[in-house]
Amino acid sequence: MQPGLSFEQAPPFSAPLRFFLTAPLFAILAALLLLYEGPQALASRWAPPALALTHLLTLGFMAMVMMGAMLQMLPVVAGSRVPKPLLVASAVHATLTAGALALAFGLLLLSPPLLRIAAVVLGACFLVFIVAAGYSVAKAPAGSATVIAMALALAALAVTVGLGVMLASALGGAGLSISIPRMTDLHLGWGLLGWVGLLVIGVAYQVVPMFQMTPPYPRIMANWLAKTLFALLALWSAAGILLGDSVPWVALGLEFLAAAGFVLFALATLRLQRQRKRRQTDATTLFWRTGMASIIACALLWSAARLAPALAEDRAYSLLLGVVALYGFGFAVINGMLYKIVPFLAWFHLQSMAPGRSTIPNVKEILPDAAALRQLWAYWAAGGLLIAAAAWPEPFAYPAGIALAVSSAWLWANLMSCRRIYRSTLAALARETAGAIPDAARGS
Amino acid sequence: MATISQFMTDNHHHCDDLFAAAENAAGDGDWAACAGQFRKFADAMEHHFGMEETVLFPAFEQQTGMTMGPTEVMRSEHAQMRGVLKRLADAVAQKNANAYLGNSETLLILMQQHNIKEESVLYPMTDQSLGSRSGELIGRMAEMSKAA
Repeated sequence: MQPGLSFEQAPPFSAPLRFFLTAPLFAILAALLLLYEGPQALASRWAPPALALTHLLTLGFMAMVMMGAMLQMLPVVAGSRVPKPLLVASAVHATLTAGALALAFGLLLLSPPLLRIAAVVLGACFLVFIVAAGYSVAKAPAGSATVIAMALALAALAVTVGLGVMLASALGGAGLSISIPRMTDLHLGWGLLGWVGLLVIGVAYQVVPMFQMTPPYPRIMANWLAKTLFALLALWSAAGILLGDSVPWVALGLEFLAAAGFVLFALATLRLQRQRKRRQTDATTLFWRTGMASIIACALLWSAARLAPALAEDRAYSLLLGVVALYGFGFAVINGMLYKIVPFLAWFHLQSMAPGRSTIPNVKEILPDAAALRQLWAYWAAGGLLIAAAAWPEPFAYPAGIALAVSSAWLWANLMSCRRIYRSTLAALARETAGAIPDAARGS
Repeated sequence: MATISQFMTDNHHHCDDLFAAAENAAGDGDWAACAGQFRKFADAMEHHFGMEETVLFPAFEQQTGMTMGPTEVMRSEHAQMRGVLKRLADAVAQKNANAYLGNSETLLILMQQHNIKEESVLYPMTDQSLGSRSGELIGRMAEMSKAA
């Protein structure tokens, strides 16, 4: 069969599900770390517990779901298969789990051996993922706006990981002469704005019109925004490396343009959602709105710090920006997407094993709206308390830790209940057909 | 002149509009309106499947020789969607809002990921392989909507 023509390559349910069920456990671990360390975890963005917390959330939660979902989505949106999907999923999941733990504890304990192990294991993990996903993107027959944004997000991921491996190696005792603060800014710029930002934009082009039946994004935005943001990131990096701090307005101007681009995307998304044809407002839509509002909040906070340099000097500023960007934006969109992806995949795998069987629960029987909405309230509470804790760690670090643990455990419980219903339906189907379920269906 | 892609994509959007109208009526508990809207939606879906299964897919298969390729997968997804449509019809008959909304959410995702595959991969392929016959094929499919 020619490349690009094979539609029937959905990997087994266990391939993506392992990512989605592991991710909330990392968020719970981040909450436990915050509770263990207390207010000193938020003493500054450079505090070892803050760095460990950040990587438990970015690698253990966000990248975990993003990579699992991308392996699942690529065959649909790019129309081309990911090579050896089950093998790639197993290898990426195992190395990401081990590597994220090694890095978080390496940063927390400032342990050179753990940091060196993390650099090697995570380097291998992302190499496998980028090669597999990059192969699928390169084979995509038509370069849709989504596929282009995904390709750029993958390139940004490669830069993020390259910088991250260098940073971990430098902290792990390798004799690299690099400026740690400058490399860190580049690393988080490419990770957050490039990999997370561009992937969310690319996915939004498909799923925002699709789930709520809104008009499509403006054509000029779909065609140009991701490419422009990627170019701005590249110019910003070059300016930082070549000019240093000698001509500050160059970096400032580029940062302003990138912020404006993300704000335009957030405003366009909120506007499209107001024009939706489906009137039902579900948890996923509210999670997306939270994420878009957080983009705007980040841009306002960043602008305020440019106008009032005293704010930029404040300990709380970069922590606040980090909380709103990571938990308010990235975590929210991902949490919301899990509620669409997991119930649908459970339904899809069940019905493909027993086509037309009326005993298969629909997606809202697999995950009731009410369960998702209740967890959304817990997420909002955790978000509010984390923002308060970034500003005033002393009274708020412990309540924020508890709220983050509750919200993340609730998310995990909701996803586990999807798996429980999947398994019990599978068992019921097997009883009906006297054990005639194929082996591939088991074990997920 | 319209391409096959444009013609078929417009028809997807037509189905989307009817889907939303029927679901909104079910959400409001207005079963008289829902019954009418659902009938229109189900007819539009069946008509779209029919255009593909009797005109577009056979022409594509004949031109390219690929009978077990993408068109076969699209046919099997049509069968999945027909299954969910049947359960929606049952929900309308029983005036059961929970069953309707749960099955319409299921159908929505199934339908949209199917449309993405068609619009981003299969339809552009039909434009390429059947471009010279697009006027005739679109004409035959448009005739079907008059007959329906």
